[in-house]
Amino acid sequence: MKRIYSVLVENRAGVLCKVAGLFWRRCFNIDSLAVGETDDHAVSNMIIVSSGDQRTLEQIEKQLNKKIDVIKVKTFDESQSISRELMLVKVKYNRNNRKDIMENCEIMGAQIVDLSKTMMTIQICDTPERVQIFLDTLRTISIVEITRTGTLALPKCQETL
Amino acid sequence: MIGADAIVKCLEKEGVEYVFGYPGVAICPFYNSILGTNIKTVLVREEQNAAHAASGYARISGKVGVVAVTSGPGATNLITGIATAFADSIPMVCFTGQVDSKLMGSDAFQEADISGAVESFVKYSYIVRHASEIPRVIKEAFYIANSGRKGPVLIDLPIDVQKETISRFAYPEELSMRTYKPTVKGHAVQISKVIRELEKAKRPIICAGGGVHLSGAVEELRTFAQESGIPVVCTMMGLGVMPTEHPLFFGMVGNNGQPYGNRAMNEADVILMVGARVADRSISQPDLITENKALVHIDVDPAEIGKSAGPSIPLVGDIRHVLEDICKQELHGDYSAWTAQLREEKDAYLAFTGEQKKDRRGGIDPAAFVRALSLAMDPDATYVADVGQNQLWSCANYVMRSGRFLTSGGMGTMGYSVPAAMGAKLAAPQKQSVAVCGDGAFQMEMMELGTMRQYHVPVKIVVMKNGWLGLVRQYQHLTYHDRFSVTDLSGSPDLDKIAAAYGMKYLHLDREEQMEETIAAFLKDDEAALLQCDISPDELA
Repeated sequence: MKRIYSVLVENRAGVLCKVAGLFWRRCFNIDSLAVGETDDHAVSNMIIVSSGDQRTLEQIEKQLNKKIDVIKVKTFDESQSISRELMLVKVKYNRNNRKDIMENCEIMGAQIVDLSKTMMTIQICDTPERVQIFLDTLRTISIVEITRTGTLALPKCQETL
Repeated sequence: MIGADAIVKCLEKEGVEYVFGYPGVAICPFYNSILGTNIKTVLVREEQNAAHAASGYARISGKVGVVAVTSGPGATNLITGIATAFADSIPMVCFTGQVDSKLMGSDAFQEADISGAVESFVKYSYIVRHASEIPRVIKEAFYIANSGRKGPVLIDLPIDVQKETISRFAYPEELSMRTYKPTVKGHAVQISKVIRELEKAKRPIICAGGGVHLSGAVEELRTFAQESGIPVVCTMMGLGVMPTEHPLFFGMVGNNGQPYGNRAMNEADVILMVGARVADRSISQPDLITENKALVHIDVDPAEIGKSAGPSIPLVGDIRHVLEDICKQELHGDYSAWTAQLREEKDAYLAFTGEQKKDRRGGIDPAAFVRALSLAMDPDATYVADVGQNQLWSCANYVMRSGRFLTSGGMGTMGYSVPAAMGAKLAAPQKQSVAVCGDGAFQMEMMELGTMRQYHVPVKIVVMKNGWLGLVRQYQHLTYHDRFSVTDLSGSPDLDKIAAAYGMKYLHLDREEQMEETIAAFLKDDEAALLQCDISPDELA
């Protein structure tokens, strides 16, 4: 089972290390982790995607809550949230596949944000699932570099979690 | 005023009586400022023992144990002690000196990333960057250490921060921590669910753990058991919650527990886990304790509830408060037939084992020895068991009256007993404090005889000597068919000479008929004594 944890933490040195260390020490998975400041400089938000059985997912929430730098833990699954991931991918292109790549970008709503004679950088911002689909369409061509933010998520507006 | 003066002032405000530690340059400003105050310092002989001594002190006094050591190796030596305290939820504040903050991160001499190293063994840690933070940090540290699920807190103090001048000192009266608010009162709805469950129950049992001692709820637990008539078993950390001879008490559970205690757990239809973790040593098959029975789990730490076994009724709160609230409710249940059955089973077991003549191959019978020792001790004495066969013999045979039984239950740290008994003695000088260890553990802690001598701490030490690392030898006997590997302790020192070297009374027990008089001589007078009790290496625990 997959689960998303939105963790509000004190924006202090070492907190990321403490939270990541907790996952390591207790053998919890981190599928993705994204950290950023909130509207309050003193508070950061960590979006952690993890997976495991019911007991593990419950333990993750409880253990996070025990950390003294953790202000609040919200947890939800993908269906209860709006989740997005940003990916930048640099590919090599040639005359033969250029059109195909551009077509794929158009279908998936990706944009070409940088271009040289042999390479282009594509940006896609979509659900983690669609980002993965798009990446799979690029597998046939030569990928030079990739960077992904990991999942960012907020609970849906009607939910009060 | 400098940072170090501020630290000492904070300790005075917290009512600190003792600081256990070992200095080095990086903590020297602190040790300079503490001179001339009423806080007593104890120089242990190795840093780990500072934490164990603080642990013994904390467990007997109910206060926070305080440790101060230097940077680098001083701090890293402390880690096992911190981990031991963490595993048993002992309230402790540990100060470590640190190199100059401008040098931090440069691999300077005696620099160690101690807050990083202890991250998974502390409740919280601080690196103090400015002396002005000291009052807030120390106020928070003592509160965190001694509230909720108790545990060690580490404060890393760069030497320049200790020397930094601060213009104004004010110790905060109030705390404002938005992220830390432990639950104290149990939820009323959950409490009434517990009462309803108990009223349905035919065969309920209370399994009490170390949390009962930590929240100071021993009286409340006894009252609850007495008034409700529900029988009690305990975990190793819970030993002492009931007197051994109490008619409602059925011993320790787990791998090394009493068979009748384990049987009572198996036959129960409702288990009340009170301040116990459902840890692997006490409950080897956690899934089974929720099969065909209701599990009520009461603990101050919500993460322990459901960690190993899914509870039917979770109840988060401080044990003392929860038990007080439970006792206020009316409970109509008659468990006398169940208790009578348990008593019958217990008596039958004791009669059966009493009849069996042990095949003795020399040496003292450890079970008989522990029993005789505990009965000869003052009723309110502190008994500290080390780790190994001695711990198992102690747990099984110690007769609890009104004293305390301490041991390193969670971490199983060898070398705990002597320093912890020393801390316990300092916390309650009028009470006897007896450490019982094997000859393996003794050689990990015997340097502390020097500390005992220096500060006149009259601890009584029993060394159960069999010339082997007994419990590992036993394991190798049972599992590897007597292929004994790295467990032979020959080369151990003559204990009479060790005792003489430290000016301690020495006694030797090698004949059973002398047991009573030797123990009496050992316990006589409030002076340090070492009793060598010879045990056969073939004796199993």
